[in-house]
Amino acid sequence: MSVQVWTYAFVILTFGLYIGIAIWSRASSTKEFYVAGGNVPPLANGMATAADWMSAASFISMAGLIAFLGRDGAFYLMGWTGGYVLLALLLAPYLRKFGKFTVPDFIGDRYYSRTARLIAVFCAIVISFVYVCGQMQGAGIVFSRFLEVDITIGVIIGMGIVFFYAVMGGMKGITYTQVAQYCVLIFAFMVPAIFISILMTGQFIPQIGFGSELLDGSGFLLDRLDGLSQELGFPTYTDGHRSTQDVFFITAALMFGTAGLPHVIIRFFTVPNVRDARKSAGYALVFIAILYTTAPAVSAFAKTNLINTVNNIEYTAVPEWFTKWETTNLIVFDDKNGDGRIQYVGDPEINELQVNRDIMVLANPEIAGLPNWVVALVAAGALAAALSTAAGLLLVISTSVAHDFLKRSFMPGITEKQELRYARISIFVAVLVAGYFGINPPAYVAQVVAFAFGLAAASFFPAIVMGIFYKRMNREGAIAGMLAGFGFTAMYIIYFRFINPAADNAENWWFGISPEGIGSLGTMANLAVAYTVAKFTPAPPLEVQKIVEDIRLPSET
Amino acid sequence: MADNSAQNYWKANIKIVLSLLSAWFFISFGCGILFVDALDNIRFGGFKLGFWIAQQGSIFVFVGLIFAYIHLMDKLDDKFKLESSNASDTETGGDSE
Repeated sequence: MSVQVWTYAFVILTFGLYIGIAIWSRASSTKEFYVAGGNVPPLANGMATAADWMSAASFISMAGLIAFLGRDGAFYLMGWTGGYVLLALLLAPYLRKFGKFTVPDFIGDRYYSRTARLIAVFCAIVISFVYVCGQMQGAGIVFSRFLEVDITIGVIIGMGIVFFYAVMGGMKGITYTQVAQYCVLIFAFMVPAIFISILMTGQFIPQIGFGSELLDGSGFLLDRLDGLSQELGFPTYTDGHRSTQDVFFITAALMFGTAGLPHVIIRFFTVPNVRDARKSAGYALVFIAILYTTAPAVSAFAKTNLINTVNNIEYTAVPEWFTKWETTNLIVFDDKNGDGRIQYVGDPEINELQVNRDIMVLANPEIAGLPNWVVALVAAGALAAALSTAAGLLLVISTSVAHDFLKRSFMPGITEKQELRYARISIFVAVLVAGYFGINPPAYVAQVVAFAFGLAAASFFPAIVMGIFYKRMNREGAIAGMLAGFGFTAMYIIYFRFINPAADNAENWWFGISPEGIGSLGTMANLAVAYTVAKFTPAPPLEVQKIVEDIRLPSET
Repeated sequence: MADNSAQNYWKANIKIVLSLLSAWFFISFGCGILFVDALDNIRFGGFKLGFWIAQQGSIFVFVGLIFAYIHLMDKLDDKFKLESSNASDTETGGDSE
């Protein structure tokens, strides 16, 4: 069977599975719609959290990013996993004990203020929208490249599927489809990685193959890759090339941002009790770590393979995958010196090959010459990653609108049935808007993602942590802190990315921190402003202090 | 009495969180970023140690830290439950606040 047929088979099979689960898990109450009834077993929640968290970017782009960044790529690896330590130790158990539905719920109740709740609603919607557009775009790309349908039709199919199970099942439907999507995506990521590891190093486990000797006798994989890089004038793979402080602050911003992302936080509202919240954070990180420790191995395998396969060969003798991916413009060959051979080198004057980073995962199985069914798996896995994250984000948007904005802020009188209808309508609108941006992606999607992390890091993370650990923190402090952190981060990013991109280099950055890492300064600004303002304003009312004391203690509910 | 054990519980909780977070900071920001070049001079198998910690080792440690937290907190919860139920058993009137 051809790759095309296999791909169709996998995609139709997995989509059928998601729809089946959606029908089985229809939500009938707001509690089921928002938090899956609060009785998701921790293991299932761990898997759902992992699928929720690992997006199209983790699946498709991350290994490629690392392949081109070398050791510095560690800020993605550590940032996007280390945040779970913060989440597990500082947020998840207490928010579960608090026992409401959303992040703005916590901010609004803890800081006894509608203004604080509305700021939280605004941040949650901005962050989630930025993210969901990227997912829809990812789904569209996979459809158009693997199934060779028009990108618009691809996005519409993706939207239809997400819409179907998110609207019907709410959090309950999303949770159990995410469990299935996790299984699909991890299988799709691991199978090619294991194959390549065996082919190149004879090691079954990619994490071990990463540090092993190559079967062709050219020594250790990483030494060979360093050697090849030097030979061709690329930066040495295992050395750092960015400044230490920039790597430090980017890692911190990604960690704080991870811990502050509302679609991840709300997953911990769905388990039965505090113990289970802690446990499911542990499971979630295990499931995430399986992919995240494999990704850097895939990067090294793929980069070595790519160099060996294409450098200095006759253009007429390139393998089939090369021409196939050329048609998508992910690989561009420009024979500058006209000798008919591909020069893939570090010097931009001589280099004749432009390789898009997404190739490292999407074309990796083909580059390594793996069987057709393995190549086809990648499409199903990438779609699972994109759709599961999109669904989680859409739910945040819908709960923010129906629950926090309408029910808790402006229309307290509506019945549960009406609230549920508003929740479904807002998912519908959100899907349409996200789909529009998936089909007509703004040119700066990639840059805007840094924005989402920075904003989550500078707004939610400090406000929630102080709400739990600093009883004296009051309404005035929290609002001032969120505005300061959010405002500072947004201005820094907007200035360097949109107003004055020419100045976007280390010489102009504050303390050498790039816009990707500025969220960590935003976090500190938030903390400092909040603390100072709280010092000079009245302590929170006694019943709020009582809430804080209560969420600090464990209980069976 | 009940308030007292609640305070002790919270203090013990903070201690656990702080010690685990120091380990978290040390392995990621310390070994993975600040001292990475020095650690790269040590080799094991095909890896330079600093590079390995930055790209693999730190993630394994993160997983270990969360499971250590789960274990320690479960133990602390059990102890607290025992203390607070003892406290309410023995307190027959008087200063229960």
